Amino acid sequence: MDKFLTFTIVGLSLAAIYAVIASGLVLTYTTTGIFTFAHGAAGMLAAFAYWQLRFDWGWPVPVCLVVILGMMAPLFGMLLEVVVMRGLRGTTDTVKLVVSISLLLFMIGLAQLIWAPGVSRPMSKFFASSPTIHLGPTTITWHQAITIGVAIVVGIALRFGLTRFRVGLAMRAAVDDPSLSALNGARPNRVSMVAWALGTVLAAIGGILIAPNVTLDAPSLSLLIVSAYAAAIFGRLRSLPLTLLGAIVVGLTDGYLTGYLPQNQYLIGLRIASPAVLLFLVLLVLPNPRLRGRMTRSREFFPMPSVRGALTFAGVVVLGGVVLMTTLSTPDQLTYGRIFPIGIVALSLVPLVGFGGQISLCQLSFAGIGGLVMAHLGHGGDPLALVWAVLIAAAVGALIALPALRLSGIYLALGTAAFATILDRWIFTLPKFAVFGWFTVDLFTQGSIGVDPLRAFGTKFDDPGSQIVIGAVAFALVSLFVIAIRRGRLGRRLIAMKDSEAACATLGMNLLGTKLLVFAISAGVAGLGGALYATQLTTIQAGNFDLVSSLQVFALAVVGGIGAVGGALFAGISLYAVLPLIGVLFPSIVQWVGLLPGATGIGLGRDPNGAVHPMREGFAPLAGSPSSLLVMALALAALYGLRLADAIDNWTFVIGLFVIPLIATAVATLSAATRQRVLAQLESSPDRTPLEWIGIDRPWTDADVERLDRELGTTSVLASELELHGTP
Amino acid sequence: MTQPVTMPPPTVNLLEFRNVHAAYDRIDVLFGIDLAVPSGSVVALLGPNGAGKTTTLRVAAGLHPVSSGDVLIAGRRVNGTAPEELARRGLCLIPEGRGIFPNLTVRENLRMMTYAGVSLSAVEEEAYRRFPRLKERRRQLAGTLSGGEQQMLAMARGLATRPALLLLDELSMGLAPIIVEELYEIVAQVAREGVSILVVEQFASTVLGVADLAAVLVHGKVAKVGTPAELADDLSKAYLGA
Repeated sequence: MDKFLTFTIVGLSLAAIYAVIASGLVLTYTTTGIFTFAHGAAGMLAAFAYWQLRFDWGWPVPVCLVVILGMMAPLFGMLLEVVVMRGLRGTTDTVKLVVSISLLLFMIGLAQLIWAPGVSRPMSKFFASSPTIHLGPTTITWHQAITIGVAIVVGIALRFGLTRFRVGLAMRAAVDDPSLSALNGARPNRVSMVAWALGTVLAAIGGILIAPNVTLDAPSLSLLIVSAYAAAIFGRLRSLPLTLLGAIVVGLTDGYLTGYLPQNQYLIGLRIASPAVLLFLVLLVLPNPRLRGRMTRSREFFPMPSVRGALTFAGVVVLGGVVLMTTLSTPDQLTYGRIFPIGIVALSLVPLVGFGGQISLCQLSFAGIGGLVMAHLGHGGDPLALVWAVLIAAAVGALIALPALRLSGIYLALGTAAFATILDRWIFTLPKFAVFGWFTVDLFTQGSIGVDPLRAFGTKFDDPGSQIVIGAVAFALVSLFVIAIRRGRLGRRLIAMKDSEAACATLGMNLLGTKLLVFAISAGVAGLGGALYATQLTTIQAGNFDLVSSLQVFALAVVGGIGAVGGALFAGISLYAVLPLIGVLFPSIVQWVGLLPGATGIGLGRDPNGAVHPMREGFAPLAGSPSSLLVMALALAALYGLRLADAIDNWTFVIGLFVIPLIATAVATLSAATRQRVLAQLESSPDRTPLEWIGIDRPWTDADVERLDRELGTTSVLASELELHGTP
Repeated sequence: MTQPVTMPPPTVNLLEFRNVHAAYDRIDVLFGIDLAVPSGSVVALLGPNGAGKTTTLRVAAGLHPVSSGDVLIAGRRVNGTAPEELARRGLCLIPEGRGIFPNLTVRENLRMMTYAGVSLSAVEEEAYRRFPRLKERRRQLAGTLSGGEQQMLAMARGLATRPALLLLDELSMGLAPIIVEELYEIVAQVAREGVSILVVEQFASTVLGVADLAAVLVHGKVAKVGTPAELADDLSKAYLGA
């Protein structure tokens, strides 16, 4: 009984912290419609700031609390609202998600920049030296009592503030109808600033209270938020009382698992993963959301790739791989070789997120499965293991998709994030186990497992150079596969589904089947990427495939342009070429590099089509100018020849690689402009309004009708003919 | 704190559109609206579906941007002013559908109206005086009220915040005819107290009884302005295109 009470108190004090953090999350989500993954990171920063002021500089507790909770946290929240969140109105769920994920990555980077990781930063609990309070048969520490007390006060204050204060009412009113709220005279920007300030303060309170219980580590503290997410999902991200209930369930589960879980090596991970398991379970019993048509007009637009473009892209990728193999030193090949396998993982997102609009944050978990399959079945480098990696990852993907199918948007994102957490905190840490006595599974034997290099056609691909080429060829083939999906029936279905699930359902499309298929395909592709990644790493561990890495790949693929294969290459290049290069070029700012993935994602709100789209538009004139293309190809080949002959070094070579295409594009653009001017003079029609906008931008003229006929290849119905037949 | 619009002399136009154009993305919907609401008068804006009536009101209230032309309130150009600022200066738009917050209680809805610069007690007194039923239901969530009661609550803002200019969008939508008559009776009362009103309706008969002037909007342009009597004949042409 005493034990039960003790762990009840442990659970309740955890519940109190989750309740505080989760209510901040619900508050910002309901009033501004933005679900922020960075909420926990705000708490993490507050915890670090508290450590700095209180334990490093030795300021008195009240001063620290006033400075952090009264000044830094609210100011930070307001800054977030003004700089980042305000720009997100009218963007899709995916963009909002990526921006908040990027913010999370940025804040982790910032924390690691200021407070170097790996240093022990102990924090003592509040009134740690005071004796514990006796409560009948059990005791409660002052820290626990304060934590529970703070949660109760926060709950009452929120309840009071949201019903009694006008700004609280305005927050709730904004949930119902923001424009009506403005018609009443409430200033929407001010209301959402208050919401973000308050939300950040709540995250900070939670961060400071929880930090003494755990090690002060930026990523794990930021992702502790998963527990708070689980609590918030109980309240369907809307109801504060249900969120409180959720927090109690999550907290007590954690407490009782600590106390009563058998001392069993298989179940240690379960306790750590329990909030994620609960989150997943709660998502499953959430009532089905209604099918919705497109709610907001989105600014995303991804053109259909052409066959010629696809083949060119694939060819350039393979050539790129060969160039990397022949020009780089072995250590560099090890670094830059990751571009392609991680690029394939990013490619797996293109059909799923870019075409189908389904969010998944667990692609690296599928990659991890692929890597494990490669390690266990690919003894001696058997290429058949790659096939197994794809199939098994696809099967797991379909299995995960089954329960996740009914979810969409932010709920799907959370569900997949929970899955990633369950996998990397529990399943991947399992020791050797037997499945119904049939066979034994030993995932990561001693925390890590070796992977044999591929062997095919009698050749063993064990040097990093040949692995790069294999990666490039695989990337090129998968790109073609993805483009084939886009051009085919499945691609049409996926895009239709993204545009309006309701419309698809009324057309009789099988939504569940389509989603299941795309999840399986995507997981299979990620599994292939993971298998190749594993052969490059030669030893893999669970940490290679964790949630934070998944988030990075997801964010960068969206930044690159999630609807096109170029976006995936962008993600691979950014993570494994640009970042290391910046580190080499500017060693003085190497510690700032961690901020970059986040910083690029935060800028995404401006152009949701991603970074690759404008680049491609910029290079477009090149395609129309065979002479420029030929000259460019020759120049590049000459440059490559010079590099192979060691006449120039890698830096000159890289600069040449950038400069030559730019010059060729400039020449092609100029000549295209000249040609167009000449054509325009010949046609004496300077007006190039696109056909579909004639009649909207300006009235139709006879010349337009002629142009329409010319472009469509139809013959004009002349006015005289109409009269002849007597048709009006 | 901005001052409420003071009542201008009777000859002044309280609200005026001068050659106002507006568009949704590249699709133009208003093609040069010229319309004036003289101070203290009720102007009915009529027209078929898609003529641009609601957009005209949204432009006046600051909810939709003007692509060219000017919107003047009490002689001052207000293009680009935020809706909340206009609301605080005495403009009140009751939007189409139910202009209420369904997840706030009736009393909380009334509290939201105090941003216009009137105290809660004054708002409550006025709202409950005109609509005694709201008082009975003041602790109830507004979303659980009947359609008529919801429209009363929405109308209460137009009354209790003492606006200088009231814009009403499709008051009658989805309501029983008897309730519509009741509501228009109140509009007439408000008008007698000197509030300038621009009211949009698709079905004209009820509103023409209250209006001093009426304008017919067709394809984003004011096709005709006149007294209700003058317009009665032209209306069917405008609607049916005959």
